[in-house]
Amino acid sequence: MLKAVTGRILSSLLVIVGSSALVFVIMYLLPGDPVASMIDISSASPETIANLRHQLGIDRPFLLQLADYFGKLLRGDFGQSVLNSEPVLPKIAKHFPATLALAAASAAVSVIVGVILGVLSAIHRNKPIDLIARIVGLLGISMPAFWTGILLLLIFSIRLGWFPAMGSDGWRTLVLPALTLGLIGAGFIVRMVRNSMLEVIGDAFVVTLRAKGLSERAVMYRHALRNALIPAVTMIGVLAGEMLAGTVVIETVFSRQGIGRIIADAIMAKDLPVVQGVILFSSLVYVVVNLLVDLSYAVIDPRVRRSA
Amino acid sequence: MQSLLEIERLSVGFRTKRGFLQALHDVSLTIAPGETVCLVGESGSGKTVASKAVMRLVDYENGQIEGGRIALGGIDLTALTQSELRSLRGKRIAMIFQEPMAAFDPVYTIGYQLVETILRHERKTKAEAKAHAASLLARVGIPEPELRMKQYPGELSGGMLQRAMIALALSCGPELLIADEPTTALDVTIQAQILHLLQELKAEFGMSVLLITHDLGIAAQIADRIVVMYAGRIVEQATAAELFAQPHHPYTSGLLRSVATLDTEKGDRLYAIAGSIPSLGKLPEGCVFHPRCPHATDRCRAAPPPPVRRGDREAACWHADALIRDGALIAGAASEDARDFGASGDSARAEVSARVLREGAAGGGSTIVQPGQAVLTAQASTAQTAAAAPAGGTELFRVEDVRKYYPIKRGFPGRSRAFVRAVDGVSFSIREGETLGLVGESGSGKSTLGRLLLQLEPVTSGRVLFEGEDLTRLGASRLRQTRRHMQMIFQDPYGSLDPRWNVGDLVGEPLAVHHGLAGKEKKQRVEELLAAVGLDHGIISRHPHEFSGGQRQRIGIARAIALHPKFVLADEAVSALDVSVQAQVVNLLQDLQQKLGLTYLFIAHGLHVVRHISDRIAVMYLGRIVEIAPSRELFRRPAHPYTRALIDSIPHPDPRLRTEPAAIRGEIPSPARPPAGCRFHTRCPLATDRCRAESPDLLPLDGDRSVACHYPLA
Repeated sequence: MLKAVTGRILSSLLVIVGSSALVFVIMYLLPGDPVASMIDISSASPETIANLRHQLGIDRPFLLQLADYFGKLLRGDFGQSVLNSEPVLPKIAKHFPATLALAAASAAVSVIVGVILGVLSAIHRNKPIDLIARIVGLLGISMPAFWTGILLLLIFSIRLGWFPAMGSDGWRTLVLPALTLGLIGAGFIVRMVRNSMLEVIGDAFVVTLRAKGLSERAVMYRHALRNALIPAVTMIGVLAGEMLAGTVVIETVFSRQGIGRIIADAIMAKDLPVVQGVILFSSLVYVVVNLLVDLSYAVIDPRVRRSA
Repeated sequence: MQSLLEIERLSVGFRTKRGFLQALHDVSLTIAPGETVCLVGESGSGKTVASKAVMRLVDYENGQIEGGRIALGGIDLTALTQSELRSLRGKRIAMIFQEPMAAFDPVYTIGYQLVETILRHERKTKAEAKAHAASLLARVGIPEPELRMKQYPGELSGGMLQRAMIALALSCGPELLIADEPTTALDVTIQAQILHLLQELKAEFGMSVLLITHDLGIAAQIADRIVVMYAGRIVEQATAAELFAQPHHPYTSGLLRSVATLDTEKGDRLYAIAGSIPSLGKLPEGCVFHPRCPHATDRCRAAPPPPVRRGDREAACWHADALIRDGALIAGAASEDARDFGASGDSARAEVSARVLREGAAGGGSTIVQPGQAVLTAQASTAQTAAAAPAGGTELFRVEDVRKYYPIKRGFPGRSRAFVRAVDGVSFSIREGETLGLVGESGSGKSTLGRLLLQLEPVTSGRVLFEGEDLTRLGASRLRQTRRHMQMIFQDPYGSLDPRWNVGDLVGEPLAVHHGLAGKEKKQRVEELLAAVGLDHGIISRHPHEFSGGQRQRIGIARAIALHPKFVLADEAVSALDVSVQAQVVNLLQDLQQKLGLTYLFIAHGLHVVRHISDRIAVMYLGRIVEIAPSRELFRRPAHPYTRALIDSIPHPDPRLRTEPAAIRGEIPSPARPPAGCRFHTRCPLATDRCRAESPDLLPLDGDRSVACHYPLA
């Protein structure tokens, strides 16, 4: 077990190194001159441009640049914004909590709504609750976040005034964005849990459980649900990525200060070090979440634990 | 005697998307305390529904009890609520199932699932329940019960799980144990152990047993009374002795005669009941068996016969009395083959199409025709004469010291690796025109060996010679060319046909690939092939789901013989089929062999069938061949203790010959860690120190047989 966990952690590290390198290569190959976004090339003297290039270190060979890049990463140096020379890592650190709160709240909405509705709809197949669950699933999957977001804003802040329309301070600002993003996740999870629950209910061991005289509640919640959650957990890992990506849109729609917003702004301003930093940071978060998901398998499914 | 269970005129139906399906029709039976009743029938007969109806488990599957009553010790189960039933289930009636691997919740330990049941029904503390569970596991023969309690279902073998399932069923001391095909998924050796255990426990716990099985051998061995079902109805019930001595229903007679026994000879046709079991949606009018019955009259077609009592027994046939008087209902198996209905048509068709096949091969693919067609015809005729004793035949396949190891631990390169030794040093040959049977428990490596023969997997070491050419050294395209001469028939008639292809494309694919046939030409050849396997050519545009298991297997066979191969590997080709259909397919395979001069490697765990179809039989154990001999010799005088144990484990379909408790103990060890010395020594009753130390080679013993044993029996 311990061996498997260390193995899994090692391979996660490898993924992080690989994705860091990939981010660098993409940035390196990107057309356009970073210098151009800092000064007006047409009016600057060639010496100034060459100087600036030398300062940025982009006149050196690729491998040297790569080594330099990794060296800096190891020291926690993600570079500086080309716009205002603000160091990237502290900038991310400052805004990450807001994004984390949003992602966590959305994930909670997805999982709670998704699992409960999914289970109920499988148990009460073809009953009203099943219909509701299927509608939620359909809406979650098919409605784009920006549209749902604007709709919720319109109803709950502008019409009813229950929640603030913008900002990232206090839990009240979190409700609408989390619902918006959470609905997407809930849509996926509802469908997943419903299907896997139905499949498990059809399994042979459920007949055994009933033949033992167990109550339906024990059969469903103690036994079937735990089996049905195994594929759903994978889904949750994938959704973590969706949630991160979703924050870009949501933070823009709800005017929240988070790293999603930062990267959106940085892309608009061609502030490459910031873009690079946020991508790197996000992939780090994604890898960690999926590592946790993988490890949680072992908790739910003893077969994973034993074979490890 | 007061009966424990009394089922009276029970009718059960299911609500489905296609409407209401009646699964049970007026089923009446009783079980006395301490009695073992076997419910026998083929798939679709309603035997499982009947067993689930007793527990009212059909309620959860859209099933509905339409009429009749089920009384357990005076309580009418049909009138109880689900919550009242729950206090009976697992307590007074317990059930064990066909697939022990699937019958436990995989995410809880065995101990948890046992304790859960005990606490549900008994006033015990958790500690008491645990102690009780451990003692039950010990009683059903599970070593180290305390340890097993902490294990998960995936960590135990099928045999061990079925024992655990029995312990679970016994945990609250039930009066009635329902066992639904409890040994079907297990090896014959383990089956014998489990059946023996069930009988011991029945006496010890004073239970009644309702055992559902398709295997008449099992019924003969353990039943007090046998109830035969067909298409949701009981057609006959009698004591085991009476039923086997003189069946009163043509279906029972047909079933008994379909069973290949150890006395049937190679080349004899097996008795086969024509046609196949009707689906519940399309039951025939009148007597449901009449379309398959050789004695059917207009009366049978018009009205369903009521069950009629004769002494202690009962049968539902209009003509039972007359048929019994005329001696038309035979119990014995096979030998008098001439009158088998359905077979004559088959063989006539096969004859015509065999000729067409030969011509087809000549006309269709000039690139593949072997040195002259004369060879093929000659082959066919030698096959017939050589069938009895092909000892002198030329070798088609020669396998030399073949090994197949699968790595199980990946680890870093350079580190020592562990292997599953699936096939570990096997040498033998297959002679042209013969059928070589290959038997052994699961895990013995039979299927792997088959795949190595066709080079579907690369060997780890050793040589596989086909007509003198080493297949292991051929390049991919040359191998593809050669492989045309070897085809395969698979076990699962459902999984081995692409559900989205129609029959024409399925059977025609090899013709298109190797002969470049298309359009009319291909269609014509496909029709010939379908005729050769006894199928109507009109089915060419239909899809696999429209056919029964037996018909699908025929489609698979048509595909296998499409290229006129020399060799066909049949891997458990009839194992998934019902007894009556199995006989049809076995007969077809034998006909085709004679007509086309085929050579077969017939892998199976059903020893009766192997005995019937094979010229020689090889017995495998843990990756090695332990004995290879002409099939009659092998069964009469097995030389290896393992062979004898396998044969002794077969439930004999004759209640007068009840076998002794299991001849072989324990289970097959893991091929990742085979025992030192003779691999069988851990289970062998005759093992000595020499066996533990020194591995015996496969050496000629006498005549045409070889055995790998230091102390051969024969």
